[in-house]
Formats: sequence, structure tokens, C-alpha cells
Amino acid sequence: MTPIDRRNFLSASAGGMGLIGLTGAAPAWALGSAEGTVARKGSDVLSGEHLTMTVADTSFATGARRGPGVAVNGTIPGPLVRLREGQNLTVDLVNRSHEGTSIHWHGMLVPFLMDGVPGVSMAAVEPGDTYRYEFPIRQSGTYWWHAHTLQEPLGHYGPLIVDPIEPEQYQYDRDYVVMLSDWTPMSPHKIMRKLKVGEGYFNYNQNTWTDDYDLSGEERRMWSRMRMMPTDISDVGGATYTYLINGHGPADDLEYLFNPGERVRLRFINGSAMTYFNIRVPGLPMTVVQADGQNVQPVETDEFQIGVAETYDVIIEPTSEAHTLVAESIDRSGMGIATLASKPGARAVVPSLRKPPVLTMADMGNGGMAGMDHSSVDGGVMAGMDHSSPRAGETVGMGAMTMRDTSALPPNVKVGPGIDSVASNPIDRMDFPGLGLDDVDHRVLDYSQLLAAKPNSDPRRPSRMKTIHLTGNMERYMWSFDGKKFNEITEPIQFAYNERVRVKLVNNTMMAHPIHLHGHFFELVNGAPNDRQPLKHTLTVQPGGSAQFDLTADESGDWAFHCHLFYHMHTGMFQVVTVRPLEARDA
Amino acid sequence: MKHAGIVFALPLLAFPASALAQDQSHAAHQEAKGESEPASVEEQTADRTDHQMIDHSHMDDGQMEHGSEGSDTQDSSAASDAMDHSAIMAHGQHGDRQPAMDQSEMDHSAMDQDAQAEHMAIPEGPPPPAALQGPTFAADAFVGAEEMAASRAAVAKEISGTSVFWFQGDRLEYRLRGGDGGYLWDVQGYYGGDYNKLWFKSEGEGSFGEDIESAELQALWSHAIAPFFDFQTGVRQDFTGPKRTHAVVGIQGLVPYQFEVDAAAFLSNEGDVTARIEGEIDQRIKQRLILQPRVEINLAAQDIPELGIGAGIDTIETGLRLRYEFAREFAPYIGIDQEWKLGKSRDFARAKGEDQSVTNYVIGVRFWF
Repeated sequence: MTPIDRRNFLSASAGGMGLIGLTGAAPAWALGSAEGTVARKGSDVLSGEHLTMTVADTSFATGARRGPGVAVNGTIPGPLVRLREGQNLTVDLVNRSHEGTSIHWHGMLVPFLMDGVPGVSMAAVEPGDTYRYEFPIRQSGTYWWHAHTLQEPLGHYGPLIVDPIEPEQYQYDRDYVVMLSDWTPMSPHKIMRKLKVGEGYFNYNQNTWTDDYDLSGEERRMWSRMRMMPTDISDVGGATYTYLINGHGPADDLEYLFNPGERVRLRFINGSAMTYFNIRVPGLPMTVVQADGQNVQPVETDEFQIGVAETYDVIIEPTSEAHTLVAESIDRSGMGIATLASKPGARAVVPSLRKPPVLTMADMGNGGMAGMDHSSVDGGVMAGMDHSSPRAGETVGMGAMTMRDTSALPPNVKVGPGIDSVASNPIDRMDFPGLGLDDVDHRVLDYSQLLAAKPNSDPRRPSRMKTIHLTGNMERYMWSFDGKKFNEITEPIQFAYNERVRVKLVNNTMMAHPIHLHGHFFELVNGAPNDRQPLKHTLTVQPGGSAQFDLTADESGDWAFHCHLFYHMHTGMFQVVTVRPLEARDA
Repeated sequence: MKHAGIVFALPLLAFPASALAQDQSHAAHQEAKGESEPASVEEQTADRTDHQMIDHSHMDDGQMEHGSEGSDTQDSSAASDAMDHSAIMAHGQHGDRQPAMDQSEMDHSAMDQDAQAEHMAIPEGPPPPAALQGPTFAADAFVGAEEMAASRAAVAKEISGTSVFWFQGDRLEYRLRGGDGGYLWDVQGYYGGDYNKLWFKSEGEGSFGEDIESAELQALWSHAIAPFFDFQTGVRQDFTGPKRTHAVVGIQGLVPYQFEVDAAAFLSNEGDVTARIEGEIDQRIKQRLILQPRVEINLAAQDIPELGIGAGIDTIETGLRLRYEFAREFAPYIGIDQEWKLGKSRDFARAKGEDQSVTNYVIGVRFWF
């Protein structure tokens, strides 16, 4: 039998412990606000078999920014739900906010009715109502929860940690959550509208006559000809967002304490609406031990990029008095900052923002043409899709490149104004560490380095391939799967219960998309041995590239499948996966 | 409602040393899992430190091997198996204490390799019949079909791009021409979704102290026909001179090299056919400083003497505006604008004693909301 609680869970607070107790002391400006309260920064811990989570409108402030937020149990992020594998969980979700809400348990294996997606597994919980979630905890690891509504980017998210029945595989002395998010006083509706009407609205790192980007005149003309921006890395950037770590902006001076010589486990959770982060602790190597809640064989690295909705657990051994934990946004327009301090107040140098990356040939879906022919890796797969020789031969220079050859798309893809580019030669980019990290002079994690810590349970070879095209139009800000926005979908993605399928995602766009399948783990086809393919719930498909995963569809029901960039999902990049028959396992 | 949840503020506690020790043995235990004859706990604990170090360094080796193998995978699809194999080997080497286990893994992998004939691509195919069984919407039977239908409709609407209203003052400017002050407006806007919009445009100009020279309003249905282009059709009403109403057909969008183009043909209630092509391009000098060259060409299929329009090219107007975006939505500018009348139009102007070409120095604001 395992002891009830082997250790106390640790989390960090600003300026030592000071702020935690000060919740009553709202600043004067907030007292007159509509909601009358300011959300506290950082999570309380919520444990046990029966929890109550109360959603309420609130205000939030960090640095010079202040505005509306949504808090769960009074904090942003909401409570750290800390559970034990094997327990049962009942959660009463109380909606005291002014709009519909829900909680989706991101990465958790739950009966589909408990998955918390309005329109798919439930109806939104209306203001004043209470909804009861009940499900057993069948797994362990680092996860998170969030609203599957417009409340998510306002603060309706929090960490979820499940302690394993088996002892932890890795040894460490401290255990910290590092929950990353992006917050702005601008409302989600307003952001969505500005993305629709003002192309490049949020990007203040655009290429200009006077920039110092490493782009030749020819390249600049090519981008201009394509009507695209090589600096279109992130749709919403630091000019609008303040990047938070456990609810703390850079001005809030978050501190994680350690004693010299200790091993520290950091549980990174990217709870952002729109932001990929580059994570590093300058001067300290990190050993990645878990990805998306599932243990992996330890990999030592110096930096990694975390996609929206992904989690990575790392173990570090701080050596100095203080280290800066840097969460730099992928477009390098801002960063989340915290300090690992051996004593309160100790600080290390905060590095300045690095130069923003620019998109390349590979990001346009012409990776195979750039002289790094990975294409034969999935040559067999591509054969059916006729990415054939004429283009391969002709596309020597950028001038001849075809950006939107829709004949390369299968017939089920709806070709129309919603598709502004087609990847003519999408290569598997599992070994790509992420935009801007392919040319740094230290070690960087990529998917091909991940190996499951223990053998996977289903050794079957997939019986069929299912290809899904990620499509979009940046100018019109339309995003879709197979060219169809959610309201244009004619049929869901259908799997039979216990079917073993290989899903291939082809990214025809020039943005990285974190694709999330609810209710399941899938195995990345990343070159690892069949039984060691790492398990994930969210997978980044790199710009202009492809990615494959093997799925055993062993959770019957209806499941959301979508891009986890909030405004991509909300402009159409959303689908439903059905696993039938329902009776195969009790819903 | 029963509430058994425990809420407590996050303690910042040092980790007890006893738990540390426990972790160590746990780690070792984990390693030994699956072995037929697990080593004693003492033994494992004793060599834990060493083991961890070994484990660590080997893992790095494995990683490097893995990385270097990466290039091989590009050569043939069979290479991925070779890599699998070697990765397992690496695992076997550093996973030291489980020879039997590793052996079986290798066998297993080798077996797969033969049986699966990895050279064969996994075929694309439709879902098996079982996937099509059961209800269309799984939650209906549990939540209620009506409630779910309403929820689905609301969500589909919300997450597929809702209708948007946009209003832009592209040019709202004071014009100085030969000592006289004038004004010009050029505004547009729309309401609608991704594919269909109601689009309106209005422009006009005049000199202070005189009647308005020109003023028009267009109301158009704008339909997305290509990634960067809308087809537009509707009506245009002129409010000055001999008032005319026109049918409008045109396209508006972005051509390669980022030119915003608006081209339309007009058929008036008098049967006259005219056309207008406008193009402008934003040249970003700095993040907020933008130079915008602009050109407008008016064409006519026939002479329209009462409007002073001659067949062929009627007028050409070019402009250069330099704006500063205090916000994306608000950008004051200065600029220069040159207009020429050509051909027959030039003759009409000369006959009426009007200028055949005009230079305007402009100051204005571009805004949208």
C-alpha cells in the first residue's frame, strides 16, 4: 500500500511567501470595478475526492496592464488540482460568472461525457448553474484543466497533477509547477475581430525597409509576391500579451526557492491561448523526464520549445545562488521570467530578447527542395498523393515555386478562399526543434529525441492511414482541417473502437499548429522503436511540414480534435473524432 | 452539496530528507521492474548513485546515436527500422541489468520488422463498418438531443468565425492646391462573415467655399472567390452633378507583391460604361512608419460630355502618403497627390476653363475601427 502523501507539494510565490496572505488587500483602483475583486496570482492546492471549483468574473493586473479576467476559486491560474492515481474524483463546477463555462481535463482519460467540451460532450454550464463531473483517475503525471469556452484566455485554467501509485521514477527534492500563460486586458472577442480585419495587427516585429533580418532582396521580394510575411511567427505577441508564470508577469518577480545541491523538478505547462515558448535556464542543463504527463527516457538538453497545451517535466540541479528561468515567446516579442533562488531575493541576470526568427523554405512546405531531402522518409505515403516530379524538377529557385498547387490536395479537401497555400512537398519535421531554435549554439530538444519510458501497450501495426490537412488563410484569418471550418464539416473523423490507425497531419500553412486530441494518448511516429514511441495528447505540426501519430482508439464517444491556438480553434480549426460503437465500453 | 475538497495555501516547504531516501530506492526499484529476479532493495540502493550516473551518460550516448542515425533515415524507409534496432541496442547497453528483457525486445522488434514489411506503406482507407455504428452524436442520449443540438449550433457559430463589422477611413484629408483648400474622403467598410459581406464604399471631394465636386456611395455584395480576392456587385449612387445611378461589378483584393487592388466597372442608368482601378501598397519603413504609393485610373467606354468625361483614359491620379501608426487603427499622414486629365477629358476641361492637372499637398488621417 502506498502512503497517503509522501511529500508536500511545493509551489512558488512572488517575493517569497509574502503575497499569498495578502489577497484581501485589493489595490484602490480595483475596488470600484464591476466585479470588485482582483484575482490572486498563483494557484491554491485542491486535493481530495470531492472538489468545488467556482468560476467568477474578476479583474487582473500585472505590470502596467489591468483588465477583466475570469478566476476559478479566486486565483489565476485557478487551483492546482492534485490527485492520486486510482482515486475517484467528483468536481462540482459552480458558475458565478456572467457567461457559459466548462472545464476540460486536458490530457486526462475520462468518459467522454466528462470531457467538458460544449457542443460535443455537454452543453455549456450557464451562469448560476452547477455541473458535476465524476470520473476515476486512471493515470498519473502533469496535466492541466481549462474552460473550453471564451473564458479560457481570461484566466480559466490551472494545473492538474496526478501522483502515481508506483513510486516516482525520478529522484528529486523539490517539485514545482511552472504554468505558462499569456494575458491581456483585451477581450477575446476584440482580439478575434482584430485578427480578422487587420492583418499583422499584433506584430511589431515585421520586416521593414530598415530591419536587420537576414533576408536577401530576392527573399523579400518572394515573400511580398506570395502576399505573406516571413515574420509571421505568432499571431498575437508581446505588444499585447504579458507572459505569465503561475500568474506572475515579469514585474511580479516570481521566485522558486531551492537549497544548493538539491534536484528540482519543474513541471512546465503551457496554458497559453496563443503563445509557444522557448524555455531555458541559462547556464543550467535540463533533463526532460516527462512529456504530456507520460514518462520518457531522460534526455538532457539546454533549451526546448513548448507548444500551446503541451507539458514537459524537467529535472535541474541549480548550482549558483540564483538562476533565471526564461520563457521567451516564440516570436521573441516578450518573455515570462522567474528566478530560481537559493535564498529569498537572490537574482541572476535576465537575458535580453534574442532576434526574432524568420520563416524559411521548409516552413513554406518546400522543405524537400531546400537540399535537405527528408522526403523519402514518408515516400511511400506520399506516393498516393502525387507530389510528383514535375515540381521537384522545376523548383530549383524560389522564383519557380508554386505556393498553392491545389492539385496536390486529395479530393476530400475543400479548395476555396480558405486555403492560401498548399505545402507542395511537406516533409516530416519531427527532428525540427521549433522556429528559431534550429540555429542556436546549444542543445535543443526535438520530438525525435523522445522515447517512452516503458513499452507501449499496443504493438499492432496500424491497419490504415488517415491523412488530415491543416489549412488556412492568414489574410482572411480562416483556419480549418481539410479546408472546412467547423460549420462546414460534413462528417466527423471516424474511428472504430480499438482500431489502430496512423494519422498523418499535413500542415499546409506557415504556422506551427499544436493539434490536440481529446480523451486519448497517441504515439508520435518519431523514429523511435515501435513500442517506445512517446505518448502525447498534443502534437505540434511544424510549418509546411507533416507529422504522424499512431492511435489506438480505445475510448468510445465523441472527442474534440483541434488546434490549441485559441483563435485558430475559434475561427474554424476544430473537428470531432467519433469512436464507435459506444457500447464498446461504458460511456 | 457536499464539499470534501481541501483547500490550503501553497506551503513552501523544504523536502524532508527521509522522502529523498525513499525516492532513491524507488528509482532503483523502477529500474528493476520486469526483471525475473529483482535484486534486493539494499543492493539497489547501494549502487543507486553509480547507476544513475551510468544511466545518465549512456542516455546521452543513446541520444547522440539517435541523432546521427537521423540522417540515415532519410536514405530509405527501411532505415527507420535500422534505427529502431540500434536504439534498442543502446537501450540494452545502458539498461545493463536486464539482459533477458532486452533480448526479448530485440526479438520482438526483429519479428515485427519481418512481419510488418515496413517497406509497404500503410494504406489510406475508409473507416471500418464498426466506426459507423451507433448514434451520430454520442452525447445526445445522455444530455438530451435538443439541448445538445442547441449547444452544437451555438458552438459551430462561435468557433467558425462570426460576422464582423469594419469601418475604414482610408483617406480623410485636407488638400492644398495652388493656394486653395480642399477636402477628400475615401471610406469603406463591411459587415459579414468569411465568404459573404455587405460592403460599402464612399468617396467624394470638393473645395472649401464651393459646392461639393463629387460624392458617391456604393453598396455591394462582396463574395470571397479566391484566397486574396472578393467579387463585388451592387449599386453606386452619385450625389453631385447630373445624378446617376450605376450597376457595379468588380473585384477587390491583394495581388502579388502586396498591392491592394480595387477594380470595378460601372453601367449607369444612362447606359454609360466607365471603370475605375485603384491600387495601393504599404511600404513599411519602420514598424509604425509606412509609405503608401497609390494610383487610380478612371476609364470610359464613351464620351460623356455632361460629366466632362472622354472615351479612353479619363484621369490618372497618383499619390504618395507617409503615415505614422500611433495605433494600427489611427495613423495621421502627409503626402502629395497628382491628378491628370487625359485625352478627350483633357479637352473638355480645357474648354470649360478647368485645370487639366492638379497637384495636391495633403494632410490627413487613416483610421479604422
